[in-house]
Amino acid sequence: MAKTYPPPLQPDLAVAIITRFLQEELQKTGFGRFVVGLSGGVDSALSCALAVRAVGPERVLAVKMPYRLSDPRSERDAGTVAALLGVAADRVDISPMVDAYFAEEAEAPPLRRGNFMARVRMAVLFDRSAREKALVLGTSNKTELLLGYGTWYGDMASSLNPIGDLYKSHVWQLGAHLGLPREILEKPPSADLWQGQTDEGELGLTYAEADAVLYLLVDERHTVEEAAEATGFPLSRVQSILARVEASQFKRRLPVIPKLTHRTVGIDFRYPRDWGR
Amino acid sequence: MNRPFRCALIQMTPALGLFRENLERHLAWLRHPEAREADLVVFPELSLTGYLLQDLVAEVALSDPEGALGPLLEASRERDLVVGLVLEGPDFLFHNAALYLSAGRILHVHRKVYLPTYGMFDEGRYFAPGNAFQAFDTPLGRMGILICEDAWHLSASYLYALQGAHTLLVLSGSPGRGLRVQEAEAASVQAWERVGQTLAQFLTVHWVYVNRAGYEDGLAFAGGSYAADPFGNLLLDGAENVEAAYGVTIRPSDVRRARTLTPLLRDERPDLVLRELEALLPRRGAPLG
Repeated sequence: MAKTYPPPLQPDLAVAIITRFLQEELQKTGFGRFVVGLSGGVDSALSCALAVRAVGPERVLAVKMPYRLSDPRSERDAGTVAALLGVAADRVDISPMVDAYFAEEAEAPPLRRGNFMARVRMAVLFDRSAREKALVLGTSNKTELLLGYGTWYGDMASSLNPIGDLYKSHVWQLGAHLGLPREILEKPPSADLWQGQTDEGELGLTYAEADAVLYLLVDERHTVEEAAEATGFPLSRVQSILARVEASQFKRRLPVIPKLTHRTVGIDFRYPRDWGR
Repeated sequence: MNRPFRCALIQMTPALGLFRENLERHLAWLRHPEAREADLVVFPELSLTGYLLQDLVAEVALSDPEGALGPLLEASRERDLVVGLVLEGPDFLFHNAALYLSAGRILHVHRKVYLPTYGMFDEGRYFAPGNAFQAFDTPLGRMGILICEDAWHLSASYLYALQGAHTLLVLSGSPGRGLRVQEAEAASVQAWERVGQTLAQFLTVHWVYVNRAGYEDGLAFAGGSYAADPFGNLLLDGAENVEAAYGVTIRPSDVRRARTLTPLLRDERPDLVLRELEALLPRRGAPLG
């Protein structure tokens, strides 16, 4: 039997570890709630479901943030998830904010527009965070984080990311385990930043390929040659995935600071995030 | 010396960098029924400071533990205690340490020898290593203390057993990792049980493993405290991840029975080991062949 990379997780244990993490983080920070942007996709649905599991639906606020050209199905699916989980869902139409800016930048290509939308959504979520005393939940999975497939300071920004150590296949696994609707689990992943966009189309590889290669390289520390052999993918394909990880390393770090003093933020001023908690 | 004793394993969550708060938490745990019934209460690694200290190490280090641990020393008049903290020496070096408190005084200090500095661990950056595995006599028999990574070096437990320890106390701060679909426990938790049961059986000693719970910067400390007898049987298998207190009865007569049935230590040849090590040492680290 062919091996599956990455192997599936023990779902009950994974859910238990993540939900206790969410409970403890609320306690430590003194925040009362979580706020999460619901896109209609499986990642944000899973983050939201885990938060509901951890602290109950009344302490989770979902925000739908459609743009006027977004696929209407995205908002509909987000509504389905919110209703299923029993969470209140605000709706913020980001079109006026986005259009106001691009009125002066008419020639901007879709990628710039998409990144801008992701950052507007981030700004909305962090404002809700302040208004509601709610921590912003991240929705970037491990595959996206490693590939850098997300908008820096956009959808990659959050206070806590409950799904950041789950490969996309694990997201699907836990999503099914927690009873997310089939239409959410089965639809092609999309950032929905422009019409017809799909993740796999834009990346030029499938999540199954990316997950397998990343798991072997990152978790198991195999060489690219070994990963190619284990998966049966051409070496060049494995190398191109690794190149993506390397090229996006900046997205996984704080901004770099040129060192002048004895102790520098991000270099040798090292305190845990949970300092004094 | 040979009477059975009750040992409590306190699978607690310390507050990161807050010594006073943690002192209070220790005193609260000592009111737990398992602790009240125990002759010995064992807390996890760095129980008085939290684990992921980084630059906080210098800020939470104690240079005068007798002065700072007053209420715990007082509590040790009722029952023996083992706690974890950062000790600062007169040389201003900081050690990840465990103290055995008994009858109102510090009976023994162990400074962690093996400081993991790989993967998620960075202890070599912040701590100075200890340089001894010294077994010691307690009112409950001869013991040795291991702090987490110490237990992953065969020689540490081996030395304690040769020094006559009957009970090894392992204080741990081990984050859980490796979730596999068919397995109820994380791979790291299973590995700890395997190691402890195996060493207990090899060395015919009791093994008491106390791991912490809670989260620090996303590290999920895995709990799963357990105890093994000198036959390698699990006497206790604690829950993963959650705070809890457990109790186990340690019977020194089991050590006698195990060593009568299987006199491995009698037949052990430390002289041979020493001879081989002395021959090996000059070559160690040199390329093979």
